[in-house]
Amino acid sequence: MAELAISVSDLSKKYDSGLAVSHSNFQVPLGTICGFVGPNGAGKTTTIRMLLGLISPTGGSGEILGQSIKSPEKYLSQVGAMIEGPAFYPALSGAENLKVLATLGGFPLERVDQLLEQVGLAERGKSKYKTYSLGMKQRLGIAAALLPNPKLLILDEPTNGLDPEGIQEIRQLLRKLADDGTTVFVSSHLLSELEIISEYLVMLRKGEVVFAGAMQDLFDAQQPFMLVKTDNSNDLPKVISIAESAGHRAHIRDGVAHIEGPAEWAGVLNKLAFDAGILLTQLSPQLPNLEETFFEMTGDQK
Amino acid sequence: MIGSIKRVFFAEWRKLRRPTLLLGTLGAVAFFSVLVSSLLFLMIDSPNGNGDRGIRITREMLALPSGATQSFSSIGNLLGIIALCVFAAQTAQEYSLGTLRNLLVRQPGRIRLLVGKLASMKIFAVIMTLVSAVISIGVSYALAGGKNVDTALWFNSDGRLEIAKTLLNVFISILGFGIIGMVLGILLRSPISSISLGVLWLLIVENIVGAVKSSTLEWLPGNQLATIAVGGTETISYTHALSLSGLYVGIALVIATILFTRRDVAN
Repeated sequence: MAELAISVSDLSKKYDSGLAVSHSNFQVPLGTICGFVGPNGAGKTTTIRMLLGLISPTGGSGEILGQSIKSPEKYLSQVGAMIEGPAFYPALSGAENLKVLATLGGFPLERVDQLLEQVGLAERGKSKYKTYSLGMKQRLGIAAALLPNPKLLILDEPTNGLDPEGIQEIRQLLRKLADDGTTVFVSSHLLSELEIISEYLVMLRKGEVVFAGAMQDLFDAQQPFMLVKTDNSNDLPKVISIAESAGHRAHIRDGVAHIEGPAEWAGVLNKLAFDAGILLTQLSPQLPNLEETFFEMTGDQK
Repeated sequence: MIGSIKRVFFAEWRKLRRPTLLLGTLGAVAFFSVLVSSLLFLMIDSPNGNGDRGIRITREMLALPSGATQSFSSIGNLLGIIALCVFAAQTAQEYSLGTLRNLLVRQPGRIRLLVGKLASMKIFAVIMTLVSAVISIGVSYALAGGKNVDTALWFNSDGRLEIAKTLLNVFISILGFGIIGMVLGILLRSPISSISLGVLWLLIVENIVGAVKSSTLEWLPGNQLATIAVGGTETISYTHALSLSGLYVGIALVIATILFTRRDVAN
């Protein structure tokens, strides 16, 4: 494998309430965008905090940019991070907040204006942080993470509170950073966004890594499926039974039946349903996508 | 090492120098300095006394070389409580706002972070001390003539030595109160809780305990720090107050440092 930005081995964190992260193993190559996904409480933020030296692992080990996570001072000057949303001093302006962090990290103060410009906050840089909207706070958090001109950027839910335009801007920014050689490790619930920009993926479920690797490998291992709707929603369980009788895995989510199987089998299903007196109003073959795969692998099905 | 502490110092100073905090605090310092100094001279003939707890400070006492700093030294306790509030708020807010995680990502050396923050807050305490000294000595000098208090000895060599000694003592006292505030901030991680507990202890608990059993005043931490500010009292010597305060503050600092460096930052 290529040089690694992040490598963790058997990484664990145990609290009195139980294991928050359990024997995690994953690697993120340098220069890639890696999505970090999992349901709420899966251990994403705990993992990120361990990577940044904010909390101590109770087991296992990890390396960031080739340095042990036991010595965060050796790598954090090359790491930018936004953890669990932006956190700044309400009474200071956006620019002054960045200057506090720039001073602390020994970065040139001139970078503050550049970064405010880069994240679209140049005109509000002198306004107090407490007057910012959620989207503006988020942009300031991203600007703070970019202060060190990082080799590794770790972002926890960077698009929270952003409008669609803002989300697209952040996506483009992350793509550009990756193209310039920055490794981006980003957790998000916007799976469709992650699917667009990520090359690698780490998926957590109840503190355990259920997948870590190239996004394409994940999809290659998944079955194509079809989305099925009936004119009478009471018929959906019957469609599920028909599919399962034919050896296809199936479940209902959000009022739609998700049935595994190749596109060619759609005609057979349609006939079987028709013979059973069920009228299908939608039958759309789909290729595996991150959202479907996520629900499949994390078992987080509605 | 020194370079990173300097960076923490200046980063912290950016927060401390914001007008609402700096001017607000100095406004409170100025108010108490004017109030206490004015009362000392304007009530000089009052049968109820013109000093702390009804003590009478006569013209003859005020005419001594220590007269210029009489009001300044007695403000020490109030200045200490202000410092406790500022230090506690500045420390605890890092937890309550969640900004500690940003600071630790940029400066993972936790002891350096603590030392740099403390150094910056010390400068804040120095400014508080100087402002209070200038105002209280200035107000005392302005009022002395009208109340027939002789100021001839105030600024001779003995007087200047008294001013320097009082400045140092008040600063030590303020710093002690401030460090207690900082320790409370680290322990409780909430500005409101740490300020409430600190003020409650110093203004109410110690006074009640001292009133019920006066011998405890020799051991209560707030009283030791207040004693340092006035350079010792008839019942508690300066050396006793200084050494006992040093012990209390030292133990508190060690506990806070261990907690700060080892505790997970999970908020």
